[in-house]
Amino acid sequence: MAAEGKAIDALSQFELSTTLGPIGAAVNFTQSNLHMVYAAAFAILLMTVGMGARALVPGRMQSLAESAYEFIMGMVTEQVGEEGKRYFPFVFALFMFVLLGNAIGLLPYAFTYTSHIVVTFGLAAMVIVVVTGVALARHGWHFFGYFFPEGAPLWLAPIIIPVEIVSYLSRPLSLSIRLFANMVAGHVMLKVFATFVVMLGGLGVVGPVLSILPLSINVALMGFELLVAFLQAYVFAILTCIYLHDAVHLH
Amino acid sequence: MGQEDGFDKRLEAARARNGMQRADEPKRSEVPNGPWGVGFRAGVEVVSALVVGVGIGFALDRWLGTWPWLFLVMFVLGSAAGVLNVYRLFRPGRRVEIDSD
Repeated sequence: MAAEGKAIDALSQFELSTTLGPIGAAVNFTQSNLHMVYAAAFAILLMTVGMGARALVPGRMQSLAESAYEFIMGMVTEQVGEEGKRYFPFVFALFMFVLLGNAIGLLPYAFTYTSHIVVTFGLAAMVIVVVTGVALARHGWHFFGYFFPEGAPLWLAPIIIPVEIVSYLSRPLSLSIRLFANMVAGHVMLKVFATFVVMLGGLGVVGPVLSILPLSINVALMGFELLVAFLQAYVFAILTCIYLHDAVHLH
Repeated sequence: MGQEDGFDKRLEAARARNGMQRADEPKRSEVPNGPWGVGFRAGVEVVSALVVGVGIGFALDRWLGTWPWLFLVMFVLGSAAGVLNVYRLFRPGRRVEIDSD
């Protein structure tokens, strides 16, 4: 446990270890990968089992599946426009993967794979590659006009173009840092206050009474983390949509 | 559908009668705009632009052997890109401007 040795060990929860016994060890299958599989399996189950009934009046699973679908469909059409519908599967998969990663990570003993910047940067890099691909496919060489706004004086080009390129390349980084930092900060706070509970609990007679304080903070934090889990998935998806909008309409 | 429209109209009329009109909320889903969220976003934008700029400068310097000149130039450009990102974050009417064309 974290309280052993009287030190708050808030970061060991992010350490990777292999799972599934010798098979997992042989191929470096970590608990992070396992939770990605969980998230993907849950998303697939939600969509197949949930929509299996196809009832006019949806049951619980079906209404969850439908509201997830409509939420992202609304976001894509609002942000990108009608032609954005063809990118719906991409945005939906991203949103579900991030949301489920954040949400599953809040369960006890679970691992939050979105708390690793490699994972979030991988997702964000994929977003930027897809967006750039879309822009290149739709506009060809005109895409590079994106880096030099019309009407700017030509002699400023040597400054504007590198700045715009750096700004464009900073998108995946800011996208990934935002998600990663939010998840890490939340889980560190949860762990710190949980450690306080254990430390205070072992403090003689008054300890267990005092430990109610950090415990209640943790209850509130848990609710807050649920909000953050949803909000960050939402931000990730909507920024993807905004970038797709820029790619489709080239601005 | 028609029924829903009728209901919306009656609801609107009832709200107007009682002085409870909703302020014209922008219907677009937007990135959440809490003070913490905006502050954090602005910080992340600056830092990431700076990291990308410095990274490119460092890589180019290692490749071309011009240390530290490109690093310094890209550091300045990265800072400028960070400011540009923050400006884009707060630029008013961005969506409207894009939608009009």
